[in-house]
Amino acid sequence: MPLYSQIIQYVLSGITIGSVYAIIALGFNIIYNSTSIINFAQGEFVMLGGLTMIFFTVMLKFPLVIGFPLTVLVLTLIGIIMERFTISPIKKPTVVTLIIVTIAVSILFKGVAMLVWGKDTHFLPPFSGEKGIAFMGASLNPQYIWVVGITVVVVVLLSIFFKYTIIGKAMTACAVNRTAASLMGINVKRMVLLSFALSAAIGGIAGIIIAPITLMAYDNGAMLGLKGFGAAVLGGLGNFYGAIFAGLLLGVMESLGAGLIHSGYKDAIALLVLLLVLFIKPSGIFGVTEVSGFKKF
Amino acid sequence: MLRIKNINTYYGKVHALKNVSIHVNVGEIVALIGANGAGKTTVLNSISGITPPREGEAIFKGVNILGLPTDQIVKMGISQIPEGRQIFAPLTVSTNLELGAYHRYSRKNKSSLKKDIEDVFSFFPILRERRNQIAGTLSGGEQQMLAIGRALMSKPSLLLLDEPSMGLAPMISKDIFRMISRLKDELKTTILIVEQNAKAALQLADRGYVIETGKIIMEESSKGLLNNKEVQRAYLGKEKKEIWE
Repeated sequence: MPLYSQIIQYVLSGITIGSVYAIIALGFNIIYNSTSIINFAQGEFVMLGGLTMIFFTVMLKFPLVIGFPLTVLVLTLIGIIMERFTISPIKKPTVVTLIIVTIAVSILFKGVAMLVWGKDTHFLPPFSGEKGIAFMGASLNPQYIWVVGITVVVVVLLSIFFKYTIIGKAMTACAVNRTAASLMGINVKRMVLLSFALSAAIGGIAGIIIAPITLMAYDNGAMLGLKGFGAAVLGGLGNFYGAIFAGLLLGVMESLGAGLIHSGYKDAIALLVLLLVLFIKPSGIFGVTEVSGFKKF
Repeated sequence: MLRIKNINTYYGKVHALKNVSIHVNVGEIVALIGANGAGKTTVLNSISGITPPREGEAIFKGVNILGLPTDQIVKMGISQIPEGRQIFAPLTVSTNLELGAYHRYSRKNKSSLKKDIEDVFSFFPILRERRNQIAGTLSGGEQQMLAIGRALMSKPSLLLLDEPSMGLAPMISKDIFRMISRLKDELKTTILIVEQNAKAALQLADRGYVIETGKIIMEESSKGLLNNKEVQRAYLGKEKKEIWE
């Protein structure tokens, strides 16, 4: 394969994996905006999404169109349960306590997933076959189109939700100014609950669409979460469009680096980017310094 | 309409309000004046539940609202315009107003909410011109109007106004006070106003309280307070002794 089609190949797979990072980063942002905490269980949502989908469609043999919404529903419930039983009961919440709680929950999720699905890596068949489509000398995996397409749908739906619905606007209001939001009669605690439900749901979607490409095992959540976190930080924590751009950028860099330098450096590249951002511009590409500081819970 | 009795509010170990009791009658404008740090804002925050008092009683329309979360107190008809306006800066003017009516929002009354926004626009015409502008780009006076309009969107029976003139040029703050008196005349809103500019607040109000280091030390009609020698000296800047050294 000539070099230029190789590069196209890497960029294509980079955009695909980058879309997934972008969705995961959006999940981080939604919770960050409503609570100022980093939800370290975000990656586990992705893992649980993938494995739940495998449970429904591979083990129970449900068709995709049923398995997909069912998985998203299950993940939404998991998000709600997590908030109700681990975040909301805390008497005096501080940012640090809550972050530690999310780390605990992530370990718990991982343990439960290991008990339920075992330590094996599970396979989810691609949504529409595996026959590659020729594209400028490269071969385009049809699953890539699914991933990018579903990402676009998720992003569009989320933008509509935050821009045009009153609940979405209320969530934004909570992110901007919690006290003022409560003075509008907005139940801030309910918005926090909603943000967990929403983050878990879109984390689940990320897991569903990525599982046919990378396969899924109980311990895949941490790395996916870390990459998504990297994207969220790179784009500026809390920044919606920044997360999407940074996710794609991270995906492409990782894929090019792995392809052109060495595939062993795949994870290192993302983490190196994360470190560099934290060293040089902690507020991210699009962040304002003001927002990068922890908000008061 | 509202009667708070022996309220004690703490910030950690700091005893910020000591047995504060005030009442507001229907249709009245009541001013709460006092120096910086006397506890004026804390009184309002105690009523709206932002800093819930540890002890005391707050009866609003016959119901004890003490200990209720802020969003429920808002639903019962108390709307606070917080110090420093606290508008949602990255959102547009009309979105800010919509959020003001958040708890009244439902699919059915969309048209009546539109009408309420129009009412706010006819009260503050400048906001109509700026309706699609990002709220953070408004001038201080316009932001204050937006904050008032946003609070009116919840159709409050009691409006808590915290330092409406803060950070505004004297001319602009005069405008704002004129608008507040129009609120009273045209909309018959009941208002509890907290203000450092004691003179302007008392000229507007029917009755006033003076608060000092967390205690209410005086309660009288506005006229009485304006003529009170002690108040004149401490808060109205009159009769100050000139000191020559």
